[in-house]
Amino acid sequence: MADRDVIVVGGGLAGLAATMRLAEKGCRVKLVSLMAVRRSNSVCAQGGINVAINLANEDDSPIIHAHETIVGGDFLANQPPVLEMCMAGPSILRMMDHFGCMFNRTADGSIDFRRFGGTLYSRTAFCGSTTGQQLLYALDEQVRRFEALGKVEKFEHHEFLRLALDDEGRARGIVMHDLYDLKLSVLKADAVVIATGGLGVIYKKSTNSTICTGAANGRLYMQGMKYANGEFVQIHPTAMTGIDKMRLISESVRAEGGRIWVYGDASKQIQFPDGSMRPCGKSKEPWYFLEEMYPAYGNLVPRDIGAREILRICEMGLGADGQMQVYLDATQMPADKQKKVESVLEIYQKFAGEDPRKTPMKIFPAIHYSMGGGWVDWPACDDPDRASRFRQMTNIPGCFNIGESDYQYHGANRLGANALLACIFSGLVAGVEAPRYIDSLEKHVWSIPSSVFETSLGEEKHRQKELLDCEGSENIYRLHDELSEVMVHNASVKRDNQNLRLTIDRIKEIRERYQRISLDDRGCALNQTYVFAHQFQAMLEVALVIAKGALLRDEFRGSHYKPEFPKRDDKNWLKTTIASYDSDGPKIGYETVDTRHLDPAARDYAAAVKTKPTLKNIPTNIELPI
Amino acid sequence: MTTYVLRILRGTPNKQYWEEFELPFDRDANVISALMEIQKNPVNRQGVRTTPVVWEQGCLEEVCGACSMLINGVPRQACTALIKDYTRNGSDTIILAPFTKFLLIRDLLVDRSRMFEALKKISAWIFSQGSSEHREFGLKVSPELQQSLYPLSTCMTCGCCSESCPQVSEKCGFMGPAAISQVRLFNSNPSGEPEKSNRLRIILDDEGIAACGNAQNCVRVCPKKIPLTESIPLIAREAAKQAFKDFLVDA
Repeated sequence: MADRDVIVVGGGLAGLAATMRLAEKGCRVKLVSLMAVRRSNSVCAQGGINVAINLANEDDSPIIHAHETIVGGDFLANQPPVLEMCMAGPSILRMMDHFGCMFNRTADGSIDFRRFGGTLYSRTAFCGSTTGQQLLYALDEQVRRFEALGKVEKFEHHEFLRLALDDEGRARGIVMHDLYDLKLSVLKADAVVIATGGLGVIYKKSTNSTICTGAANGRLYMQGMKYANGEFVQIHPTAMTGIDKMRLISESVRAEGGRIWVYGDASKQIQFPDGSMRPCGKSKEPWYFLEEMYPAYGNLVPRDIGAREILRICEMGLGADGQMQVYLDATQMPADKQKKVESVLEIYQKFAGEDPRKTPMKIFPAIHYSMGGGWVDWPACDDPDRASRFRQMTNIPGCFNIGESDYQYHGANRLGANALLACIFSGLVAGVEAPRYIDSLEKHVWSIPSSVFETSLGEEKHRQKELLDCEGSENIYRLHDELSEVMVHNASVKRDNQNLRLTIDRIKEIRERYQRISLDDRGCALNQTYVFAHQFQAMLEVALVIAKGALLRDEFRGSHYKPEFPKRDDKNWLKTTIASYDSDGPKIGYETVDTRHLDPAARDYAAAVKTKPTLKNIPTNIELPI
Repeated sequence: MTTYVLRILRGTPNKQYWEEFELPFDRDANVISALMEIQKNPVNRQGVRTTPVVWEQGCLEEVCGACSMLINGVPRQACTALIKDYTRNGSDTIILAPFTKFLLIRDLLVDRSRMFEALKKISAWIFSQGSSEHREFGLKVSPELQQSLYPLSTCMTCGCCSESCPQVSEKCGFMGPAAISQVRLFNSNPSGEPEKSNRLRIILDDEGIAACGNAQNCVRVCPKKIPLTESIPLIAREAAKQAFKDFLVDA
């Protein structure tokens, strides 16, 4: 076996899972990350990881988990990867347990579970309310072990700028710059795994870390990577509003008994999910509207529903203090339950100056997660061409995409606590598929002419000079404010076609003005202004993908809510949106959704009961990556 | 109050200087949002156009450890530093400076890779068979043990403890309180056993564990309230026991 060189871009949960698996398989891994990987955005995940291992003795199973994930995603997710992810869950949990991850425990020392949104089962394992942080640390520690053994080389404070593509269009490496001194360099490899996370910063104020610009995916898209389902962006129902960001108040607060309410107003009528018009609770008394509207799921309805209902209540003037906010009440929770979400309550207290154990929190929905992302392949295990295709690989051969930056697993809406599972699972899959891809190659990177790398490097050198020399009047951070404002208004919870058309025009106008920026900093020493200006170009292209996809999709599905088209329309829109780059704006095409395991049916969270769902056509030869 | 001043120690190694910015008061502002405001119009208090301030940031909810800096001389996370708290007592100036115990890159950003190197030295991981199929769970952990270890595991390598410690300096090899606390975390984990002795030996070699002057600064500045001063003597005793055992074996 020849040496196999792989680059992993991004050191969150997905990137670390891939790095670990690749190192185990004997690959030489170069791990590129904007920050110390231990600070990646995965640390922000609070609530937990879904694993249907049935330790709570509820007759749960990975099949039910897959069923709920497919339904929760409003049938937009391709079903085979969802099924396999859920099946791998138990083994992934056991693996993380072996890594010493600090899961909460039951009295007998087993892992404890809580119930999360969109399910009636307790299948969410958790570490207090910093589950993402704890899972990330556990994988970071395993990767550090491989680093100490010389099997992994880290390039922290480095940023991916472009792929180096050979004459056949295969990824053979990357161009990156060192954030400390803007020095450009090339890394060579036969496979590149992209694990660059979300894009909240396009909306500026989101629950994401400030590094989640979506720029890496934007750059890849501009190099020919197909971008799928861009218009599906999750709004988390509960966050606290800040000037610098929206701070997540985890779903786990509701999982542990937190309740959402506003003061009722019996003089107002609201339409319930069954179509009936009913009064908005009793005047001047707390009205637990989610519990009334969705008795089966209550405060734990899927996120898209929770966010829409909170917005609807606020738009009716019922928000707390007459503002765009509702109460999230943790005051009635017993102390042991409060303890399980302690770090969330503490953060709220630090910023709001009020103790949420005594005073109900005030929250509002916020941009949280991108279901869309890089299009990736997924040959199912019983597909005849399974062996000649590669899972998690983009349409650019040799370039894989995993974690939040891919588009699989969540369809039109992600269920809470499924992201951490999807990140680790897709990382492990890439860890198996990338070496298999490399072994299938006739030529390896050392026989690729150096001109391939020189050309790529030259393009970035040219770009760097051009950007540092810009002589205009526009400020990049103000342009960002303008972009985010129009995106938050028109491409989040509620969308309408007229506004989306305006949004596309506005983004194009901002793109025009971007040509006339000038940087307040033109040096090379840790020039963050330059770095952001470079990212912003790619962010604009992703914003166009989101807006154009949303404009064309005339239906209501999952997070994509368009009151003009108030119903899901499977006949016309049960299909994946595929955007391809064009300098004028995205070219949009569509692809059939793979629904081989479950026929589309209506989502109903008002009347749902615990039934034992089944899936069809489950293959017998599934090989999990763990 | 209508405005306040951020007085910031800026620049690169050996070329540091102070620069002040006057900003409109906003009761919801924190140090991060104030620095973001400067980016949009980087003009200093003298009315001179300057470069935007450089700093490190990530989650902005005190869980990633990125935005550490000295605020009025105290090491902490900038995201939770609210402007209204710092201007409460009639003061209109907030002083920002980079950490001093780490390599300065520029303005408020330092390179803390030394802390991650320390984690490598002390084998801060659980040795395992990796991602092969796991049919069984790991060793059981009692809820009490989890409750005592979880806080240690929330260390975000922010560096506040090292910055505050009088024993930590560029010259001294002391790994700092965070690394010692991590030794306790892994040595107390039932699955951390195989490398337990090695971790203690490394800590003994380290110039600092005995040098801890018990100043208690670390525990005061830790944003996660990790019981660092409980861990240091505990691990020091364990390390001494290990040294004695090793001596007997050698003898």
